[in-house]
Amino acid sequence: MSVAKKGDWVQVHQIVLKPEDRAPQVPDDTKAVPLELWVKGYAQHEAKIGGTVEIETVTGRKVKGELLEVNPKYVHSFGEFVPELLKIDAQLKEILYGGENNE
Amino acid sequence: MSRDLSYSAVMGRKNEIMKKAIGIDYSVFESGGIAFDYERMMREAGYTLDEIQTIQSDVSVGNTPIIELKNLTALARKLAPKGKGARIFIKDEACNPSGSFKARRAANAVYHAKKHGYKGVVAATSGNYGAAVASQAAMHGLKCIIVQECYDSRMIGQPEILEKQRACEALGAEVVQLSVGPELFYTFLCLLEDTGYFNASLYTPFGIAGVETLGYELAMQFREKLGKDPDKVVVTHAGGGNVTGTARGLIKAGAEHVEVVGASVDLSGLHMASDKAFNKKSFTTGHTGFGLPFATWPDRADVPRNAARPLRYLDRYVLVRQGEVFYITEALAVLEGLERGPAGNTSLTAAFSLAQEMDEEQVIVVQETEYTGAGKHPMPQLSFAKQNGIEVSFGNPAEEVPGQSIVFPSHPSMIKARDFDLNKAKLSYIKNCVNNNKLTEINKTDIEFLAKETKADERFVYEALKELGVSIK
Repeated sequence: MSVAKKGDWVQVHQIVLKPEDRAPQVPDDTKAVPLELWVKGYAQHEAKIGGTVEIETVTGRKVKGELLEVNPKYVHSFGEFVPELLKIDAQLKEILYGGENNE
Repeated sequence: MSRDLSYSAVMGRKNEIMKKAIGIDYSVFESGGIAFDYERMMREAGYTLDEIQTIQSDVSVGNTPIIELKNLTALARKLAPKGKGARIFIKDEACNPSGSFKARRAANAVYHAKKHGYKGVVAATSGNYGAAVASQAAMHGLKCIIVQECYDSRMIGQPEILEKQRACEALGAEVVQLSVGPELFYTFLCLLEDTGYFNASLYTPFGIAGVETLGYELAMQFREKLGKDPDKVVVTHAGGGNVTGTARGLIKAGAEHVEVVGASVDLSGLHMASDKAFNKKSFTTGHTGFGLPFATWPDRADVPRNAARPLRYLDRYVLVRQGEVFYITEALAVLEGLERGPAGNTSLTAAFSLAQEMDEEQVIVVQETEYTGAGKHPMPQLSFAKQNGIEVSFGNPAEEVPGQSIVFPSHPSMIKARDFDLNKAKLSYIKNCVNNNKLTEINKTDIEFLAKETKADERFVYEALKELGVSIK
């Protein structure tokens, strides 16, 4: 979906501090990039992805930012299967229950 | 609307914003020098143990069960010298409404906010505390904003933090996410000023007092179950509140002889404010990147005087490796039938090793667990590590290099709680105190204070100050 309608649940993005405005104590790799912010809320008007939109968050705050996504989904999961964990499980059971030779 | 929102202007209004957002006048506890009256602050700005028990039980927080890990104990005994291998227990803090011990801190903070008429609460946290505050705010009908450091500059988020975002939103909170950097504090101050909400800081006297019930309950439960106090309590150490609150609760139960051991994951070499290093770590808390800075300078927190002061209470501090914690997380699941963690499993890893130094009739307790699931489980953490170029292998965990490798022990006998010299941390605290206050001379009150702060004798403090060229008034 490339357009958000008024009332859609969306995620917006802002640059809070440009690289040159970052705090003096941050390491160089962090100082090379801006401080960015993301927050979700209801679009207050129609807007295109990549355009500016005003949202109202669930606490009622009004925030303006770049429209990233409509109905943003959660992307974390259980990841790829990690077979090393099976090896650990088998070893633990073998040591604890595997008989006299394993004592 | 005429407020200056530039970085320097907002940071310049820090004290004024905080005073409104916390409602504590910290200056009344100051004595003029570097010392302040910590116990008076805890007494007058906090709540009594009785009050906290009532506040927490009203929202179904606390009174979590104690579980004996019999199979893990049996495994430790197989690896230990004859007659060694203490009984290992955990306190199942995952049973709290938000799935971790942080509900105890949040219960007090949100109760306090409600009582004082605040309409909402704001907390800066990427950890379980966010969901805890969101959960408590939901119970009390307050609005809630959680500010979390979440993404690197590629908008890649640590899966564990993404799960915490989901949990907060599921509980009705607004989540403001930021890229890496300490300037999160600027956004946090802007939000406090803009909303007039309460700062549900992790480090207020009532937040820390919220954890005292954990230590107190634990002592009472062991007296009931075994007729005695445990010998050691192992606490995952990050910001210091868990150690401080638990130890204070043990003391209030008259169990001051119980050894309090802090445990952190060793992430030495990784810079915590680095955009590139941010996603190279598999543990988002309970690690040395918080553990050491907060122990050696607690007042770096978001309140003028941090109520979490771990060096006052730690008897021993041990470090474990990422690969070892993953291994023990598996052991907890397949040997004990409990899917928990990651946080409490750091101290469980340490306890598994420490139990092997102790006699069989002794008791060691891990005082927390946390809920697990998508993002938090070892599977997403390890696949995320692999995607970020971390080499995952079996071998000697002592050879693990944070940010480069995760080494599972090729045998559980290789799991070791490695002692971190607490005197080093204490000297570092004294040095930070001298440098941050630009001290050239110091008085008797300050010396007594430093001795208390470091759980050391005054001679230790004198010697340290002499080394630093500070004279005594």
